[in-house]
Amino acid sequence: MDATEIGLWGVPLAILGGAIRVSTPFIFVSLGEAITERSGRINLGLEGTLVFGAMTAYAIAVMTGSPWLGLVAAAGAGLCFGLFHGWICKFPKVNDIAIGIALMLFGSGLAFFFGKPFIKPKAPNLPAIPFGGWSDVPQVQAALDVNVLFLIGAVLSVVLWWAFRNTRAGLIVRVVGDSSDAARAMGLNPNTVRLLATGVGGALAGIGGAYLSLYYPGSWTERISSGQGLMAVALVIFARWNPLGCFAAALLFGGAGALGPALQSVGVTQGYYLFYAAPYILTLIIMIATSSPTRSLAGAPGELSITK
Amino acid sequence: MTDTVTGAGMPALFGARGYPAALEWMARRAETFVIPLAALIVGMALLSLFIALVGKSPVLLYETMWRGGFGSWFSIQNSLSRAAPLLLAALCVALPARLGLVVIGGEGAIVLGGVAAAAIGVALSGAPSFIVILAMGVAGMAAGGIWIGAVGALRHYRAVNETISSLLMAYIAIALMNQLVEGPLRDPASLNKPSTQPLADIYRIGNIPGMDVHWGLIVGVVACLLSWVLIEKTRWGFAARIAGGNVRAAQVQGLAVGPLIVGFTALAGGFAGLAGMLEVAAVQGSANASLAAGYGYTGILVAFLARHNPLAIVPVAILLGGIDASGGLIQRRMDLPDATVLVLQGMIFIVILFSETFYGRFKAFNPDLWTRPDLPRGAA
Repeated sequence: MDATEIGLWGVPLAILGGAIRVSTPFIFVSLGEAITERSGRINLGLEGTLVFGAMTAYAIAVMTGSPWLGLVAAAGAGLCFGLFHGWICKFPKVNDIAIGIALMLFGSGLAFFFGKPFIKPKAPNLPAIPFGGWSDVPQVQAALDVNVLFLIGAVLSVVLWWAFRNTRAGLIVRVVGDSSDAARAMGLNPNTVRLLATGVGGALAGIGGAYLSLYYPGSWTERISSGQGLMAVALVIFARWNPLGCFAAALLFGGAGALGPALQSVGVTQGYYLFYAAPYILTLIIMIATSSPTRSLAGAPGELSITK
Repeated sequence: MTDTVTGAGMPALFGARGYPAALEWMARRAETFVIPLAALIVGMALLSLFIALVGKSPVLLYETMWRGGFGSWFSIQNSLSRAAPLLLAALCVALPARLGLVVIGGEGAIVLGGVAAAAIGVALSGAPSFIVILAMGVAGMAAGGIWIGAVGALRHYRAVNETISSLLMAYIAIALMNQLVEGPLRDPASLNKPSTQPLADIYRIGNIPGMDVHWGLIVGVVACLLSWVLIEKTRWGFAARIAGGNVRAAQVQGLAVGPLIVGFTALAGGFAGLAGMLEVAAVQGSANASLAAGYGYTGILVAFLARHNPLAIVPVAILLGGIDASGGLIQRRMDLPDATVLVLQGMIFIVILFSETFYGRFKAFNPDLWTRPDLPRGAA
């Protein structure tokens, strides 16, 4: 593919395509983390869950030949990690952030342990839908090759946004997240709600991992994740715990991540590594801009340790 | 707060409950040894189970681990060499932790400290070696100190979560290192592995006499001792512990919490930067991508295992250095992936954090709850 044919138009096009491709894991991890954080806990371990999900999906897809079974297995593995986090954090004096760091280490370690034999074989990929068929320009076709998981993620963010406002389950999660005491007064058990919310969050992060290994970049290596799970946590804060905001922020991050490769494709190689760091720098700037020492963040769940 | 009855000028032999004071003293302190030790054993037992489930012998694993880490003079030296950067990386977590901050981005400070030291070392070549090595140490500490100090400043003045910001800054630091090492600081002679220009031999840090371990080990141990003195014996350390317990209370007392946080995080980052400088000056000889070897992350585990006590960091770092060192032998002898060590570290980490819930739960560690067996309950 030679981007010079369409000149500098290749850059925004590559960023758009990259945003769609790169953002999908961000969407799933941030939606999962949004559910967990809305219930009043923070799970930093999603980074490890993402890596373990990527490995599980790839291994199952290699063994069964079905990427969909791989996806289900990754979600199941993520669920287990989430439930474990949710369970262990219910004990007094157990710090949810520290447990998250430990699970980050443990999930990655376990993924590398079991993933060693799967670095070589090739797994079938998740399908993509070519929305760019109307165009003759290969760059446009490439940019609009949209994976089904991206579409599912988009729908899911709308559904979650609606569900938080309009369903009983959504209300329960929000009550528990805002005040354990109020939840107990209503006869709810905060620990059970948080257990389930962290479990669902883990399952979504596992799906995000499956996307990494089964579509883009589409192989299993030990460096498959470069902190996406962690950036997603920051992204949720930026999105003010709103699922629609998570979707938009994920697209923004995906675009930032695609900036380096896009510029490289038109011959800009200066500062490649700095462009590679663009998503991290963007996250940091956003965190600095949106935090304030004098007031708590709008929309922040009251029980969340990170904003207290 | 102790119930010990103290006579005028006379050391108390018996506590209020009639037990020997020494016994009560020991019981109060035993908790901080017994619980982590028990957690360590449980973590190792869980790994045994895991290894048995994948069809290997746990006994052979621990035997191999012992042999690879501490079984011979050669392996002990290897473990100690790995412990050196871990000591400093753990301080980068432990010092902010005393102020209630969870900083996990020490890797970034290590990497930048290494790059800064290498740049200064090359720039000053020709100067006396004593001055150059000192300048490299200062440069490494300054780079790391600014990096993590910024995390502390953002935390205090902008309320930016320090855990996430420090890790993001670690990724940014690694990108910055790659950019510098591939660009302006690159030695044209380094083809496959872009590096800075190699340091002249007189600017390298050598080994401790009689050992195959570089001086970084001594530097790390001294840094731990100084940190302990700082926290336990100075007014800044006292202020930090108050602020770590309750920020508002500290502010009411008129403590300058902001400078305290920035100072402690900068010092912590400075130690990590020093670790990077030592990696360059004593191990690599130049700055390159090998600086991001994961010491910053293992350091987190060391600090938590030591419960952020600088003195406890020394034995824990040596233990984990040994586990780290045995990774290769485990891989060769047992045909297990090198990630086995990571799995063990993760398991120990989780069990250690879980064990926090047991503090204050056991009567045996709390003499205030003891009752004399020969008296009716409550009579003492």
